Amino acid sequence: MNKLRTGAFHTGMILLSLLWLGPVLWVVVMSTRSFDDIAAHGVGSLPRSFTLDTYRQAWTDGGELRALINSMIVTIPSVALSLGLAAMAAFALSRFRIPGRRTILLLMLAGNLLPPQILLIPVAKFSELTGLYDTIWALIAVQVGFGLGFYTFVLHGFMRDLPGEIQEAATIDGAGTAQIFTRVMLPLTRPALAALGALSFTWIFNDLLWAITVLRTDDNMPVTPALLALQGQFVSSWNVIAAGTVIAAVPTVAVFLRFQRHFVSGLAIGAVK
Amino acid sequence: MTATISTTSVTPTRRRRRSARLSPLLVAFVLVPFAVESIWVFWPALQGFWFSLTRWDGMTPPTFVGTDNYVELAGDATFRGALVNTVIWLVLFGGLSVLGGFGMALVLQKERRGVGFYRAALFTPVVFSLVVTALVWRVFYQPDGIADTLLRAVGLESLIRPWLADPQTALYAVILPALWRQIGYVMVLFLAGLKAIDPALHEAARMDGANSWQRLRHVTIPQLKGVNAVVLSVIVIDSLRSFDIVWSLTKGGPYHSSELLSTYMYSTAFQSLRLGYASAIAVVIFVLALAVILGYLVRAFREEA
Repeated sequence: MNKLRTGAFHTGMILLSLLWLGPVLWVVVMSTRSFDDIAAHGVGSLPRSFTLDTYRQAWTDGGELRALINSMIVTIPSVALSLGLAAMAAFALSRFRIPGRRTILLLMLAGNLLPPQILLIPVAKFSELTGLYDTIWALIAVQVGFGLGFYTFVLHGFMRDLPGEIQEAATIDGAGTAQIFTRVMLPLTRPALAALGALSFTWIFNDLLWAITVLRTDDNMPVTPALLALQGQFVSSWNVIAAGTVIAAVPTVAVFLRFQRHFVSGLAIGAVK
Repeated sequence: MTATISTTSVTPTRRRRRSARLSPLLVAFVLVPFAVESIWVFWPALQGFWFSLTRWDGMTPPTFVGTDNYVELAGDATFRGALVNTVIWLVLFGGLSVLGGFGMALVLQKERRGVGFYRAALFTPVVFSLVVTALVWRVFYQPDGIADTLLRAVGLESLIRPWLADPQTALYAVILPALWRQIGYVMVLFLAGLKAIDPALHEAARMDGANSWQRLRHVTIPQLKGVNAVVLSVIVIDSLRSFDIVWSLTKGGPYHSSELLSTYMYSTAFQSLRLGYASAIAVVIFVLALAVILGYLVRAFREEA
């Protein structure tokens, strides 16, 4: 009986895992098929050819290289800036009796819960007004501004629960506020920062809506909107589109594999509170 | 919860001294992030409400038209279609991802051989962008793609249709990939919640002769109350925000059959350049999200108390 149940469990779960991983593997395999193979046998058939030229086409002709560079130029400063600013706010709000601190914190969180649609038009117009429209600076700024509230809220919860004695000891040793922040609090907050860092990297890297709202020129687009453009450029070259898809997915998969534990705990932060 | 300086362990005299000593640095620590968020979120949000009361093409200055945009929305068939689709999206995408995610979390909560792999498999799509997800599924839906090949293999050729180009199926063909990506995410939230339940509660229930269904109903689900609230908020907010997957697969078409409020808002704003009207759609999305946002904030407020 028990054996039967275990068998059923594994059979069911293997089928289900296949349903989840199958489409991904299919795309990876398809990215190595030749154009003639797909044209003759369709995207639904098993591979009868092997080539890596598709990656070269997506990489150079399709502009994925430039798009990836753009993505990195946007994502890395956005993650660093938003976590840095959020840590500052969270530190001040959680460790000092700042008047109205609870209202400030919740207001900041509320900003992050807003549907972005209400912000799209004003943000596009504001970046035109400031001359930032169609530059990556606009994208960095809006990613930082929009993400801040949530990061501050999570880091606040984490810093609030750190024991107060550490801060007292540092104060007695003559450390100033800035030193307490950089030497004591930031190192202690590292697990939360790592979790949020991994999460926000994928969020910002994967973003489409903000990019197509504040950017217009193809040359400035990060990899997510560029992937949509690639689809228009190589209409029926499914192998090249598949290669482009794989290229666009690799960075977030890499971050996930490297920071797996942090990543999952980051997602779960809200859930158990 | 640990006592911190700022909350419980401060004597009145020291408290007074501390607030008197609010250094300029600390003020800057709060004000700089707050100013950044004000410029890019709070101020634009207020402007958004104002724009919804104007007619505006983006070139000439906006003209105030009162509630005209909202009156027009009420008679706009495309808007009504998008509203209905958004509700369908909320029910199917939201409901099924909660059921699926919870079910998977229950099945995979016990540590045993293979569980790590299964969890990872279900979670994999979460790290992909929705555009990547869309392209993966486009291959699936392509004429002579995987879906058609599978249907042919089991002799159901008659069902074959252009899944994304048929107004009858487009919306559902877009929901499926969105679900595929969301279920793993919801599963992780529930797994974290299940892990936090005290095993003694289950033990006690079992001693009292509760079967597994009764334990699920009377121990697990009530214990997950906090997680349920978070998941519910996340799901509703995510549903109303859903844009990328629809935009990458159908752009809301064909004939607005997979149009959501979010995609209709975007095309009205940036393709038809009717910025005032689009702002009114955005306000409707905001109003729909409001109850959930407030609920979330009230919970957060209580926690901070």
